[in-house]
Amino acid sequence: MSEHLPALQVVIALTAAPLVMMMNRFPRLAWGVTLVTCWATLVVAVLLLLQVSDGSVIHYEMGGWAPPWGIEYRVDGANAWVLLIIGLVSAVVMPFALRSVEQEIPADRIGLFYSAFLLANAGLLGIAITNDAFNIFVFFEISALASYALIAMGRDRRAMLSSYQYLIMGTVGTTFLLIGIGFLYIMTGTLNISDLAMRLPEVTETRTIRAAFAFIAVGISLKLALFPLHLWLPNAYSFAPSMVTVFLSATATKVAIYVLLRFIYTAFGFEFSFEELSVAWVLMPLALLGIIIPSVIAVFQEDVKRLLAYSSVAQVGYMILGISFATALGLMASVVHLFNHAITKAALFMAVGCLVYRLGGVSLSRIAGVAERMPWTMAAFVVAGLSLIGVPLTAGFVTKWHLLQAALMEGLWPVAVVLLVISLVATVYIWKVVEAAYFRPAPEDAREIREAPLSLLVPTWVLTATTIIFGVWAQFPISAARNAAEALLGVPQSW
Amino acid sequence: MTWFGLYSYWIVVVLMMVGFYIVIAQGNLVKKIVGLNIFQTSAFIFFISLAWREDGTAPIALPDVTEYANPLPHVLILTAIVVGVALTAMGLALVVRVHEAYGSIEEDDIHRQDEQQ
Repeated sequence: MSEHLPALQVVIALTAAPLVMMMNRFPRLAWGVTLVTCWATLVVAVLLLLQVSDGSVIHYEMGGWAPPWGIEYRVDGANAWVLLIIGLVSAVVMPFALRSVEQEIPADRIGLFYSAFLLANAGLLGIAITNDAFNIFVFFEISALASYALIAMGRDRRAMLSSYQYLIMGTVGTTFLLIGIGFLYIMTGTLNISDLAMRLPEVTETRTIRAAFAFIAVGISLKLALFPLHLWLPNAYSFAPSMVTVFLSATATKVAIYVLLRFIYTAFGFEFSFEELSVAWVLMPLALLGIIIPSVIAVFQEDVKRLLAYSSVAQVGYMILGISFATALGLMASVVHLFNHAITKAALFMAVGCLVYRLGGVSLSRIAGVAERMPWTMAAFVVAGLSLIGVPLTAGFVTKWHLLQAALMEGLWPVAVVLLVISLVATVYIWKVVEAAYFRPAPEDAREIREAPLSLLVPTWVLTATTIIFGVWAQFPISAARNAAEALLGVPQSW
Repeated sequence: MTWFGLYSYWIVVVLMMVGFYIVIAQGNLVKKIVGLNIFQTSAFIFFISLAWREDGTAPIALPDVTEYANPLPHVLILTAIVVGVALTAMGLALVVRVHEAYGSIEEDDIHRQDEQQ
């Protein structure tokens, strides 16, 4: 049983998806099966993480075909960490989904909705676990197709259009990835990433491999919403149903960043990416612009969901910034931020989902004075908001601290200044929401509303508490991220 | 004449640029999907071309044949074609829904309607 865990990680969700689709007439049953599936996925992810926590690597030959001919699943510290993020977020979002989805999705489509959710989940898990470049492309498309359907389920008609735009940009991104993989295949004759890593150094002097690198980097950058390729993200996140926004914001871009790391560090190798192509000189300016501009745009947003979506683009900038330092510490800061930002942003979007559940919308004028009547929801928003800003004793601080250290170690003090100033900008946009909810009087014609139901509130607080727990007790995420960084760099580090 | 021998790659490049240009420049949602299809197809032809080998035949075990075309890219592209069909279906389904909601499939029209709201 336990030797098949890597396959089960993906297969459980993949087989549950058609089953759930057949339960379309029984929405509660469909929800129950999806819930059990997500929890099983989390258990598998935790077991895998425990197995690789000592730095070992699990190899799994799909169907018994030996790599590099067959598809290999390979779990090391880096992808076990990403699998945990996906498993954790999907397991926590499912109890939240029950009532939120019942309200936002027509009853005759709830089973189909959960089916698409499971496919998106399985696709993301597959991207993270597979060690085959073409398999990554296929799983990218599985998760993307399901996400387009999920986003289009939003109640606003603009949801359809933003899903369409995401489809166009996402497909261009994955096709670029496909072309890049084709170039790699011409030169090496292999698709297995470990195998690529061994064979690429012989041919890196060629233009084909440089073109492959460019295609792959741009394609994945579209998927991970690196500024200025982020245009699909704010619309997609602001018009999607609440539960979809929570799930995608916490997982989709993170998985794409993992793929970028896998190609930069494992397939192409540190020397080729950073020393020969100087990819850091491209990534760092884009990361800095991506931190500054979307943060400033976020300040001027009237819709809380949209505001948080722009903040997500800025947070992607932080993760890319860590990579662009080209040091072990910077890499580790990025990897730990994958997790910290996933739980923080998921908690924030869940709090927003509670508000949507009671208010129907989350423009700043509509949430005026809401804190009096929904104190627990807004308290969760404030705590998670503090973590987004990076206040000490929250998960967000752990990342900012390591990013700052990494920047100062390289002597890049202007970058450190930008990080600190943009934290202030984050304070401004979180404060805008807090000010509206706590200090503005409720509008005269406000409907009588109560606190969000417990089934929404408890998952929100579970994630909010997690941001505090991993802010105070930071050894776990830090040691896991160090393990992940070592797996990517391929050499033990002295931290 | 090596550059002529590589003519299928030139076709790939032309198709790729044409498709990508349509995706960017067209305001009609259906035409954008058509452009996307051309763009994807160019990538498929690219993979098929790189499977070719001089004097190679179809990859079937025959007694007196030693040179075969590489079957792997063909298999990959079968998968990618399926993905492409699913994407086209998904995109067109979305266009139908957009048309129901806005009564138009021209991007300019749709943005104008959203701004008036």
